[in-house]
Amino acid sequence: MRSYLELSNVSIEFTSKNSTFRALDKVNLHVNKGEFVSLIGHSGCGKSTVLNIVAGLYQATEGGVILEGKEIDAPGPDRAVVFQNHALLPWLTVYQNVELAVAQVFKGKRSPSEIRDWILHNLDLVHMTHAMDKYPHEISGGMKQRVGIARGLAMEPKVLLMDEPFGALDALTRAHLQDEVMRIHASLNNTVIMITHDVDEAVLLSDKIVMMTVGPNARIGNILDVALPRPRDRLAMANDTQYNHYRQEVLKFLYGGHSQRELAA
Amino acid sequence: MLQRARVMTSELLNRMSGVDMSALLRSWTLTVFGIIAFVLLWELGASRIDTALGKFPGPQQVWSQTQSLYDDHVREQERRQDFYERQDQRNAERLAANPDAEVQFRDYTGRPTFLDQVKTSLITVAFGFTLAMLVAIPLGIVCGLSNTMYSVVNPVVQVFKPVSPLAWLPLVTMVVSALYVTESPLVSKAFLTSAITVALCCLWPTVINTTVGVASVDKDLINVSRVIQLPALQHVRKIVLPSAIPMIFTGMRLSLATGWMVLIAAEMLAQSPGLGKFIWDEFQNGSSDSLGRIMVAVLAIGLIGFLLDKLMLLLQRRMSWDKTTALR
Repeated sequence: MRSYLELSNVSIEFTSKNSTFRALDKVNLHVNKGEFVSLIGHSGCGKSTVLNIVAGLYQATEGGVILEGKEIDAPGPDRAVVFQNHALLPWLTVYQNVELAVAQVFKGKRSPSEIRDWILHNLDLVHMTHAMDKYPHEISGGMKQRVGIARGLAMEPKVLLMDEPFGALDALTRAHLQDEVMRIHASLNNTVIMITHDVDEAVLLSDKIVMMTVGPNARIGNILDVALPRPRDRLAMANDTQYNHYRQEVLKFLYGGHSQRELAA
Repeated sequence: MLQRARVMTSELLNRMSGVDMSALLRSWTLTVFGIIAFVLLWELGASRIDTALGKFPGPQQVWSQTQSLYDDHVREQERRQDFYERQDQRNAERLAANPDAEVQFRDYTGRPTFLDQVKTSLITVAFGFTLAMLVAIPLGIVCGLSNTMYSVVNPVVQVFKPVSPLAWLPLVTMVVSALYVTESPLVSKAFLTSAITVALCCLWPTVINTTVGVASVDKDLINVSRVIQLPALQHVRKIVLPSAIPMIFTGMRLSLATGWMVLIAAEMLAQSPGLGKFIWDEFQNGSSDSLGRIMVAVLAIGLIGFLLDKLMLLLQRRMSWDKTTALR
């Protein structure tokens, strides 16, 4: 069976003045519909590069990405991106930020009132309707990220790409937003690729954890299937032997020398 | 407990606004002090400088010249009004005597007063500045968006940027004389010459700042635009322009300041009506009042330049989304 999203032999090289830097080397990945996939690795390992290639923001030097049988060669709303530092337009309100995307994506396909309802629905999904007329500088970092997620979801993407979405948040806000994302994923069953450097986050949220080796020539070191039953509760998980097993596996990969192997070579 | 907290908060707020008030008072006191110190130094220095046209004008002399220039203006206004009244009356009488009579309307040809010259200068700079902005902002946007266009335009900009207005003036004069030939000119050649010279000199700061502003739009925001596939024009309107507005305004303010400076020089040299011509005429006139009058013009130029900049700042505050940055 063909998978929903497929990366086959993706390699990318960045050329600077007099040297080429091979960031990714033959990355192969299959993602099924509705799956929550995390990419984890040390910083600089090229996880963001993988995401940017799927988003179409970067072009792979070799290999390619196929989504629902079609090759990806440009960015598009079917692969919405949630950026690490939210990337909200500071001159637009919360509502207008989501509207900019929704109005563009569903232009001519939905009526103005349908578009309005859809924006409100998505803001409601992340509990941000109360602040819809506020500007980004008037709300907290966690709230900005909620809006970023609402904007991504509102595009009804085939794949939602999240680039360290909670990286810039404090631990409490992060836990709260992780729960929200799990809830939304449970109800919408959308396909998500998330980048993270947080082991607990990866195990708690994912169906599949993709562990990457350190770059240059970064590649996928190991893929871990997380077979924990959903819904997952972070309190119950703390004492769950299976959970701790997955956690150890990832930690072993990250700090047990596997991810460093490339450096020594 | 809650009550107490509320009282404490309101006390705190009071204290804070108290601080604000005293800070404001302090800054005003310093401003007034600065002005007084300047006037004193001016008075002291002026009384020590003898020129062929008498002593260098001190504050008092300048003040009396200001009044006399204003009185001149009022008198001239009355004369002009009298002239038109007399003309209307004469025409009416003639038409009453013979309905078919040909009546003549002539413009009043009195000497332009100081305030007339100020008005002319303001109109000229406004026209030249607008002309320059109509070219500079679109050009800056294109250069900021496309590296290719930047490479094409940048060398030209860099070469023309440091050119003095006086170097342009003869060329502009000749070109205007050659090309602007009409039976009934809407505006005078002199006006057009100074306005174009102003435009040529105030293009550059706006072109450069707009280019930088447009080129330095946050990369994430550009990626947002790419992901939602905004068409090029929408991309410029919704992402690029709002981002670049602060830089564009910085450029426009520099341009207007340059334009105002250039205008005075252009008017002096081209003998086109305006403040520059006023100064030159007074200099040639060489009466004992001349230096005082020139000093009035100098102060007026400074004050108008300052007000023009404040006006742009006000406009920037209205247009910019970022109300948190202190604009100065």
